[in-house]
Amino acid sequence: MSPSKKRIPVAGAANRLARLLALLPYLVAHPGVAVSEVAVVFDISEDQLRGDLDLLFMCGLPGYAPGDLIDVSYEGDRITVSNADEFARPLKLSPDEALALVVAARSLAAVPGLSEADALTRAIAKLEEALGPDMQSAADRVTVVLDAEGELLQRLRTALAQRRRVHLRYHSAGRGDVTERDVDPMRVLSVNGRWYLEGWCRRVEDVRLFRLDRVLSAEVLSIAAEVPTQAQPRDLSEGLFQPQPDDLAVVLELGPGAHWISEYYPCEDVSELADGGQRVTLRARDLHWVRRLLLQVGPSVRVLEPASVRDGVHDLAAAALAAYDERTD
Amino acid sequence: MSAKKLERLVNLTMLLLSTRRFLTVEQIHQLIPAYDQPDPEAFRRMFERDKEELRELGIPLETGSESAWDDDQGYRIRRTEYQLPMIDLDPEEGAALGLAARLWHSAGLADASRSALLKLRAAGIDAEPAAGDIIEPRVDAPDAAFGPMLAAVRAGHAIAFDYRRPGGGAPARRTLEPWSVVHRRGRWYVVGHDRDRGAARVFRLSRVVGAVDAAPGGVTAAPDDFDPLATVHSMDDDTMSGVAILRVADGAAWELRRGAASEQPDSSAGWTSLKINYGDTERFAEYLVGFGPDVQVCEPTDLLDAVVRRLRVLVGERG
Repeated sequence: MSPSKKRIPVAGAANRLARLLALLPYLVAHPGVAVSEVAVVFDISEDQLRGDLDLLFMCGLPGYAPGDLIDVSYEGDRITVSNADEFARPLKLSPDEALALVVAARSLAAVPGLSEADALTRAIAKLEEALGPDMQSAADRVTVVLDAEGELLQRLRTALAQRRRVHLRYHSAGRGDVTERDVDPMRVLSVNGRWYLEGWCRRVEDVRLFRLDRVLSAEVLSIAAEVPTQAQPRDLSEGLFQPQPDDLAVVLELGPGAHWISEYYPCEDVSELADGGQRVTLRARDLHWVRRLLLQVGPSVRVLEPASVRDGVHDLAAAALAAYDERTD
Repeated sequence: MSAKKLERLVNLTMLLLSTRRFLTVEQIHQLIPAYDQPDPEAFRRMFERDKEELRELGIPLETGSESAWDDDQGYRIRRTEYQLPMIDLDPEEGAALGLAARLWHSAGLADASRSALLKLRAAGIDAEPAAGDIIEPRVDAPDAAFGPMLAAVRAGHAIAFDYRRPGGGAPARRTLEPWSVVHRRGRWYVVGHDRDRGAARVFRLSRVVGAVDAAPGGVTAAPDDFDPLATVHSMDDDTMSGVAILRVADGAAWELRRGAASEQPDSSAGWTSLKINYGDTERFAEYLVGFGPDVQVCEPTDLLDAVVRRLRVLVGERG
């Protein structure tokens, strides 16, 4: 038996049976629920939902006369399902489903200072009791750690809930200096273990993500937050770093050992070179960050343009070297 | 899956849930009109496939017969085995769980967590985060090895895979008895008993090259005091055996300050002296060069030399 053959259920036609078996108890438990509401809960279109209902309408017990069939009735846009006692409760959780829930709940519950911690701890205890010891030992084998930013996290959530502006002292990624800024919070998120505040930064008049482990202090102001209507939260489905139209475009030649850069960072116009290298355009928001990256990767990367970046990296390296030479003189 | 087939599967599930007695294949054949195939072999094949579909969904199909003298195997689904047990979550607990389940966002257990929430909601539990609370935890599982590793850890299978060492060179074959999968700061790890080293070891999933294969033999139990997270902490890559003294310009290189073991004012104004632990010398040197003139290495000499050599290459001098 090969462990790599583990099947994880995917959305789509094969999963429609699973959906039907969840839909039935949901509708039994919510008589008179609106079509639109059910479609949202199940993340399908209203047409798909109507298709599902048409199908269920044909199902039932042997005899398959009206009294034997599942009864689906509409009242305007509201649905009621009856004569489906067999499906009064949903199917039990699969091992993957149980694991996903319990591991997620445990990881969030372990973040200190989170207001949900108590409710989560209670929910975990109830889940574990209902799902039994096998599931518990499976969940014990998977650990997801989220950064502990409890107190700050809770303060920013308060600001969000009360729609208040916050004043941040923040260490920027690239240059490592401290800036002070007023931010109107939009959401708090944790991506791959790190917590971020996304908000409208009044200093740059744009949406920015702030890593909480770089926030030195945060003060909730008595001023109401004013997030402009044009402020769009970042779509994270493509990752945290996404190029913006006004980003700096840096053209690089990556040596064969430096390809990871084009895999790791947003690059455009990637072309393969004869020597096994790549020519790419790296999109960067922050000049300091680019310089730091280029200092680190060293000669495996050549900067073609702009010249200012190339010279800047050279000058920084020369200044650093001069400081060492001075000391040894 | 065709509507006809779905209808047949729902009917079969419903029939087997409704019966207390085991129903024989012949009885099922007669009771469900969709099985009315002219060729009995065609029916058999259809029924076998349908049973497989239900079992793959996790529907507990029970086989048995009504009496010891009865040769015919029958089928039924016990409701107590089929149904989600009662989980009495109050609205606050349901909302918190719904929030937590967002963790699995795009890969790995994303589909499983979504369908789990649907089942809870179908059971009348309102597992939806409170409206207006804008907090979003998420963890990605982009490594191809994630699924196979998780499956191996759960099933208790030994595995073998090719593993890239941080220093470069050809990937080496490793055989592992996996105990635990851990996510920390954007990285997935597998921890277990390394058969080649005869000791507990930590592997980054991002460094696994190619397929994860099954290996013969079982998995030795983890020690009683095994703590997966502490193991990842202590064993990821190199042990932090190096100690460096750095001078850091005020206001710069904040990450270094955060990780420093101790910090004290430097003899020259505008600078701070940091004592900091590190692992691999070359990699730490690479990291430090990124700060340019804002960071200077005082000790140890090999780290200082590594930084200066890199800087000389950068400015075009021969090191």
